[in-house]
Amino acid sequence: MVSIPDRKTALRLALVATAAASMAACASHPKPAYPTTRPPAAAPAPRGETAPPPAPVSQAALPGSEQDFVINVGDRVYFDFDKFQIRPDAQPILDAQSAWLSKYPAVTVRIEGNCDERGTREYNLALGARRANAVRDYLVAHGVASGRITTISYGKEKPIDPGSGDEADQHNRNAHTAITGGAAAR
Amino acid sequence: MRLALALIAVFALVVVAAPARAEIEVNVNRGDVQPLPIAIPPFGGPQGPDIAGVISANLQRSGLFRPLDPSSFVEHDLDPAVQPRFPLWKQINAQALLNGQVTQQGGQLRVAFRLWDVNAEQQLLGLEFTSTPDNWRRIAHKISDAVYERLTGEKGYFDTRVVFVAESGGRGAKVKRLAIMDQDGANPSYLTDGSFIVMTPRFSSTSQEITYMALRPQGSSVYLFNLETGRRESLGQFPGMVFAPRFSPDGSKVAFSVEHAGNSDVYVMDLHNRSSVRLTSDPAIDTSPSFSPDGRSIVFNSDRSGSPQLYVMGADGSNPHRISFGDGRYTTPVWSPTGEYIAFTKQTGGEFHIGVMKPDGSDERILTSSYLDEGPTWAPNGRVLMFAREAANGASRLWTVDVTGRILQPVPYPLGGSDPAWSPLLQ
Repeated sequence: MVSIPDRKTALRLALVATAAASMAACASHPKPAYPTTRPPAAAPAPRGETAPPPAPVSQAALPGSEQDFVINVGDRVYFDFDKFQIRPDAQPILDAQSAWLSKYPAVTVRIEGNCDERGTREYNLALGARRANAVRDYLVAHGVASGRITTISYGKEKPIDPGSGDEADQHNRNAHTAITGGAAAR
Repeated sequence: MRLALALIAVFALVVVAAPARAEIEVNVNRGDVQPLPIAIPPFGGPQGPDIAGVISANLQRSGLFRPLDPSSFVEHDLDPAVQPRFPLWKQINAQALLNGQVTQQGGQLRVAFRLWDVNAEQQLLGLEFTSTPDNWRRIAHKISDAVYERLTGEKGYFDTRVVFVAESGGRGAKVKRLAIMDQDGANPSYLTDGSFIVMTPRFSSTSQEITYMALRPQGSSVYLFNLETGRRESLGQFPGMVFAPRFSPDGSKVAFSVEHAGNSDVYVMDLHNRSSVRLTSDPAIDTSPSFSPDGRSIVFNSDRSGSPQLYVMGADGSNPHRISFGDGRYTTPVWSPTGEYIAFTKQTGGEFHIGVMKPDGSDERILTSSYLDEGPTWAPNGRVLMFAREAANGASRLWTVDVTGRILQPVPYPLGGSDPAWSPLLQ
């Protein structure tokens, strides 16, 4: 176990920066590179001209932690409009999820299916359930015990992108793999 | 919650005993109807002007009546016991006149009113309602219903409530609370605290009970909630998600969707013995069931053809057949209380629409168009639909449209809302 010094704020800032860079690096063509659930922290306000710059702090996600999963594996895959088939661009992420979950067998997850708002509420609940189960089936087929996985659909109730239009809609058509237990502490 | 209301209609005031034929009437079936000019002077007595104002607003919003500007009135301080001076009302082109008097005695508010046919110089109605003073808006709604029914020949829909999801916060951060209000947006109250997502509430035909879905990370639940007693109970545990509940017309059953391993099907539960029967078994999405008013059929939403469309089946699941064949995606079917129409949400050309069709799929008519119109619910007389309209910025408001598509307007509830469900007429 790596002990973390009492500098949580600075560490979290660095962590977010790493996450954003990691996501951006993964992005190719129209595949969304939407940041994960953690909103970016505000930059600290400048204090005074004489204040020395803070010493650099190197950090890395603790292996087996939720951060490790989010940053180094990817916790979200995306879908086409009104579809629940696993896209080719989602397969490497789900393969990595399967491998990571095999490496950390105590971890349990909840697959959350999400939809864009270009559908009605109840239909989207059913569609989100299909997406969550498609991811679940993929993980199970790749060796993750089904008892470690639960599914839920949020339909269009929990958009990660508050905008409207094609780009926001694409971001919001996703399945999110949320760790519900068994991960290494931060 | 106090629903047992002492509203007493006394017919003793009807002085013209003979059923004289009125000359005025409002034809509710014509889309191009000219609203009937009606004069509604402020009622006399405590809260008389407020009561007249609520009645006037109700009739105006129906689109079938045109309340005249009170500043044009020549005769003032009318006594309902005395015949009005009809020439003074003819000269401002009023065709109907509604006057009333409020008295308060023994802790009760008594509202006497008369409806007159100005040209025929006849009384059409003479009634009084009595209730507690805090119930004055309900009296105004009951008078509105009496006027509407007398002049259109159809039941009104003003003494009703709407259960809905009150929304606050922007898209992605919305707080959703189960809420109930009068049909005109007054008296809103909130039944959940917003700590979890609620959606798709529906009234029982008794109007004392609603069913709705709650969504938490741990799973979904369908609840029955008695508005009078506050008693809340779950329909029970299901293998996957449970959603889209609706009562049968007699209130004895609830139809809903159960999802298992990604497949959603329609079920129906008998509320007496809590046994459930699965009605669909297609691998497609089957959801949004709605009973016909005779209880014999269910219209529902399925994508078994490849895109969401509307299907009708027997209430036992027999003979499912597709009824929507237009260009677009059809969802949220709701059978009208009269059985005449099925209302729906339609998605086509990048827009959302509220529309109606006959139960056999014929006579489709689109009533609205916007960025996102969704989830119609019928007024109990089948003449008006309420629905949610969400703007591109995520703000959702409740709107109404009449079944001819002519009268489209926001509900006068000042905050955000979605998923409305209209109650039957209150008892």
